[in-house]
Amino acid sequence: MRIFRDAGHLFRYAGIFVIGTLAFLAIRGCLVPRTFGQYGHYRGAAITEIAAKPIHYAGREACETCHAEIADKKKQGKHASVGCEACHGPLANHADDPSIQPAKLDTAVLCVRCHEASAARPKNFPQVASADHSNGLTCETCHQPHSPAIEAGGVK
Amino acid sequence: MLILLPAAVVAWESVLAGTPEASPNYKMTEHWWGMLIDIPKCIGCGNCVRACQAENNVPDGFFRTWVERYHVSDWNLANPEVISPDGGKEGFPVATEDAGKYFFVPKMCNHCADSPCTQVCPVGATFISPDGVVLVDQKYCLGCAYCVQACPYGCRYIHPQKKVADKCTLCYHRITKGLTTACCEACPTGARQLVDLKNPKDPIHAFLKTHEVQVLKPQMATGAKAFYNQLDGSVR
Repeated sequence: MRIFRDAGHLFRYAGIFVIGTLAFLAIRGCLVPRTFGQYGHYRGAAITEIAAKPIHYAGREACETCHAEIADKKKQGKHASVGCEACHGPLANHADDPSIQPAKLDTAVLCVRCHEASAARPKNFPQVASADHSNGLTCETCHQPHSPAIEAGGVK
Repeated sequence: MLILLPAAVVAWESVLAGTPEASPNYKMTEHWWGMLIDIPKCIGCGNCVRACQAENNVPDGFFRTWVERYHVSDWNLANPEVISPDGGKEGFPVATEDAGKYFFVPKMCNHCADSPCTQVCPVGATFISPDGVVLVDQKYCLGCAYCVQACPYGCRYIHPQKKVADKCTLCYHRITKGLTTACCEACPTGARQLVDLKNPKDPIHAFLKTHEVQVLKPQMATGAKAFYNQLDGSVR
């Protein structure tokens, strides 16, 4: 055929193009992570990596499996909806291994964090000016944190 | 070719390392996560900020969530006085002045359905997961901080040690295990609630019908999923 006469240089270019394309695909296959594009324009495996991070807060259900007595007491009182770790702090390590003892809590710091009187707090939230409320007594002298109303004094 | 070899080795190592075990029984397509923030319930104790820092190893001076205190005087609605000392981590100074109104606004990533931050990422390192959580692939992030600029809510930062973008993951490692987020777990008044918009039994649906719920900067059409109950018009 006349059209393919002296066409050798075209085939050489075609060969270089094919080899170049294959090399590009091979390098791209190595560089792009396998899960890239699994869900979208990102590495799908990143989702499982983030989900696999360790937890620090065990969650109140975990606390209640062992401390049912305190959970029952708390459910009767004003602090029923307050999570255990809201005051006790992150205790997933204690939930995994009960021999790890959580640190003792300081009511002088904890109670006022929420209940110190401030004009900025919602008006219906119970607040006291700690300096002249207890005459220097610590909070737990009168209030039990798991059920804070004073039963004897009839304070609700 | 020689220039590309080290990169190929790194990529090959990450392929060989494989992916960690996914949470069993968790199906991404069955959830669409968001957060309900009930302004009248927030007392400004800072528990959420501390819990977030403990759960996610957030470096000091950086915040995935923080609390702002607004003070709006009667005559100055357009210019509220806003404070957030150390993100509200140790609470707020006692307010004695009773004039005007005070309220606390907890802030965090809004996990936008049409998020500006994921759209600007040049390498596909930040993305919206199939269950509606905006996440960062820190192995892929270059630390260019384009997303930090793009977020209209100021919810992202460059991690000072890792030098990559960091942000709220909505405690993705917790919610995929059936737990709530650390901030919700630690909130004493229930001012924060994790919500699953795809779960028909989630109380959020009834709440949205019966309350005045707003998102931050609705004019930006980000599809924000942090829903604020009784959000004041002065909040920026």
